[in-house]
Amino acid sequence: MPDQPPMTLFSMTTRAMSAQMVRMNAATSNLANAGSVSSTEEGAYRPIRAVFAVELDRASGLAGVTASGLVRAETAPTKRYDPSHPLADADGHVWEAPVDETAEMVEIMECARQYQNLVQALQTAKQLMLETLRSQ
Amino acid sequence: MNERLFGIHGAALTLRSQRMGVIASNIANAATPGYKARDIDFNAALDARLASQRGDATAAGDGAAIVWRTPTMPSLDGNTVELGREQVAFAENAVAYSATLSFVTGKVNTVTRALKGE
Repeated sequence: MPDQPPMTLFSMTTRAMSAQMVRMNAATSNLANAGSVSSTEEGAYRPIRAVFAVELDRASGLAGVTASGLVRAETAPTKRYDPSHPLADADGHVWEAPVDETAEMVEIMECARQYQNLVQALQTAKQLMLETLRSQ
Repeated sequence: MNERLFGIHGAALTLRSQRMGVIASNIANAATPGYKARDIDFNAALDARLASQRGDATAAGDGAAIVWRTPTMPSLDGNTVELGREQVAFAENAVAYSATLSFVTGKVNTVTRALKGE
């Protein structure tokens, strides 16, 4: 992309933080939809995942990260026999969203750790830059 | 001129700042599948930079000093970033940056004092 401004430490961290936020939002949406049921297999909720991709800036040698998209997991919904359920189909089955709550929680924790790490690194870098500016 | 005034510290400060960017890139890409963590071999990079400042035409470019990290345990998605190692490297680099900066500041103060003739 020729018309993009050169990547700095600040813009790189901003983009990485946005990417982590997309990932965190995806995991939270999955958690919110855990246990939701549907009357058809196609209508059941499938977990979403953010896909990360490297953004290399050759001019500065920095490698940023961007969330290049969201994908739906190919996991099959769980079929449960529950004839009393209002959403049950003719055979008395409902399809439950295949969300693994533990995996989503781990995803959120990992995401929070990496976000913290980014903020800490940026803080240190900013402080060093300020020191360099003020020293005379 | 730059080299005679600051010795190796001028080049070292630039390199430390560059290395900070490289390690921050690793931290940013901690979750990117297939990302290979990089680092700058500080000794080699400093030698190359000083040689090019002296006008040595055979000096290697800055890109030659880039090294790839060897992961302690390879991960399934091909990512070689280990957050603990990157944190330590970042901290070490920040301290070294501060040290180099204080050398440069000392030099500048000395020259300023000499110029003022106090």
